[in-house]
Amino acid sequence: MRDRIAESALRVAALSAVGVLALIALFIVGEGAPVLAARGPGAFLASATWAPTRGEYGLLAMLAGSAVVTLGALALAVPLGIACAVTLAELAPPTARAVLKPLVELLAGIPSVVYGFLGMALVVPVIRTQLGGPGPSALAASVVLAVMVLPTLVSVAVDAIEAVPRSYRDGARALGATEWQSIAGVVLPAARSGLAAAVILGIGRAVGETMAVIMVAGNAAQLPDSPLAPVRTLTANVALEMAYATGEHAQALFATAIVLFVLVLALNAVAGLVRRPARARRRRGAAPAAPSTAAEPA
Amino acid sequence: MRDGRHGTTGGAGRRPTRWTRGRRLAALRVAALRLAALGAVAIGGAGAAGGCRRAGAEGAAGGGGAVTLAGSTSLQPLAERWAERYAAVPVTVQAGGSTAGIRAARDGTADVGMSSRPLAADERAGLREHTVAIDGIAVVVHPRNPVRALTRAQLRDVFAGRVRSWRLVGGPDWPVIVVTREDGSGTRATFEELVMGELPIAGDALVTGFSGGLRRMVADDPRAIGYMTISQLLPGARHPVRAVAIDGVHPAEGSIASGAYPLHRPLLFLTGARTSAATAAFLQWVGSPAGQAVVRAERLVPVPTTTSAGAVAPGAASPAAGRAAAPAAASTAR
Repeated sequence: MRDRIAESALRVAALSAVGVLALIALFIVGEGAPVLAARGPGAFLASATWAPTRGEYGLLAMLAGSAVVTLGALALAVPLGIACAVTLAELAPPTARAVLKPLVELLAGIPSVVYGFLGMALVVPVIRTQLGGPGPSALAASVVLAVMVLPTLVSVAVDAIEAVPRSYRDGARALGATEWQSIAGVVLPAARSGLAAAVILGIGRAVGETMAVIMVAGNAAQLPDSPLAPVRTLTANVALEMAYATGEHAQALFATAIVLFVLVLALNAVAGLVRRPARARRRRGAAPAAPSTAAEPA
Repeated sequence: MRDGRHGTTGGAGRRPTRWTRGRRLAALRVAALRLAALGAVAIGGAGAAGGCRRAGAEGAAGGGGAVTLAGSTSLQPLAERWAERYAAVPVTVQAGGSTAGIRAARDGTADVGMSSRPLAADERAGLREHTVAIDGIAVVVHPRNPVRALTRAQLRDVFAGRVRSWRLVGGPDWPVIVVTREDGSGTRATFEELVMGELPIAGDALVTGFSGGLRRMVADDPRAIGYMTISQLLPGARHPVRAVAIDGVHPAEGSIASGAYPLHRPLLFLTGARTSAATAAFLQWVGSPAGQAVVRAERLVPVPTTTSAGAVAPGAASPAAGRAAAPAAASTAR
């Protein structure tokens, strides 16, 4: 009896979380769909002119802004994050690991406005004086986001690497591989779906980040022609203008939120899908190569 | 999302896998929370007007027991000082933007709507306008920038992106970095109306959502130019900016009050058809020397107390009188 009560209480709790998600989706779509329907989603997404005071709403510049900033952040964070994860999972002695991993995860707990402020105070002036341009730029946002993405990337990647069975490493070493050959040739390829998921979750974090980006990206709603040009991301577009927007302008911002919502959901779904094959393989309890070796004699 | 089944059939590496799944779910949850936060911002934005409505309904029902103000965020700090000083009845202040303030005054959801921009013709119906203070819009540059004065035509060309070097307006051969406020900001709307005319602000201009952020960007870059309310000039600040003279006139209390400085806007209190006794008394006090002393303390420009007393008295102020009371009115602006 008590079990049943506890179970239904838990179910209600679980459903309420999903319910909130559903409510948010309904609300955003309800507010944003009219302008999407009136303008046509194609025109909304493909036009690069965003001028609310003249009634022109095109998201292309913001889509490009989000893409450029995110790709830049990944270009910086992925090599660093994977290297960090390999060190933590494979190379570091247990004591160092016990200290370093929580520290990396602590990065995720720093409020984004703090990252934004550090970006304004440290990154932007360096870019302005050393590289040129106005300072606030796609590059500045990428650098700040790279640091913010690291904890997600590292902790998921560490888990992916640790999930590779001990026997793979033992096998590689038994065949005479050096530690580096074993990591680069066996462990990382075996963990690749988990690593891909780490990268995709990193993308999701980068696309969704708002405050830090607003503070360093310059927020010009234009297609960027250089990494040093200011860009506006989808999140920045919503957050910047929501305070005073009314009527169609507000609807267009909700439509921006719809695009963002779909994008982040899709990224998370892809991250889930990418991981599944690895888990399925291991569930069969066989090495991934098993089917091909079976086919060889034939 | 509930894939617990996978865990029960796991072979080698099952434990780490399960742990991994926990991490993944945690990450998914984080992503969901971020979306939720985004939604909350949106709902918060929409809710601000709702909040005014509730408070306003109580104020109206109380029959003069309190005064509620709603609207312009530019007016909010000043209104809050007034609310602190005014002892007769409690005064509550809600921000939400000029447009929300105009709507609140028309709907009667607040006793007083606040607007930091002149009303459009179709917004004026049924509202009384009271100019309670005047705000100057300062055009600011870095203190190291030698350019001390611009004409309005030069200013327009700079912000439209036609003038790309300071050399063309009498400065060194530096590129011009234009900093502007976001679309929808009252300060931007006023600047566009008074300076830009039909020309859009350059697409590559840096955009910031706060006058503090704009101030900082200009204070950090000798090549930058921006515009902001004179109340944010803060002459003694650690990172100073310098206001340039426009059409030969420096922004100062005298030049703004006289209308000689071209970039200014009236800060308006709006009341609807019916005004409670408490509201009328509050408006009277705001226009009195005591109320206008608060304006000066907030580094804005007071309105002449004799004129404003007339404009503020309920019944005496027609929309036209409210506008004419301000030197900032349309007559001097263009």
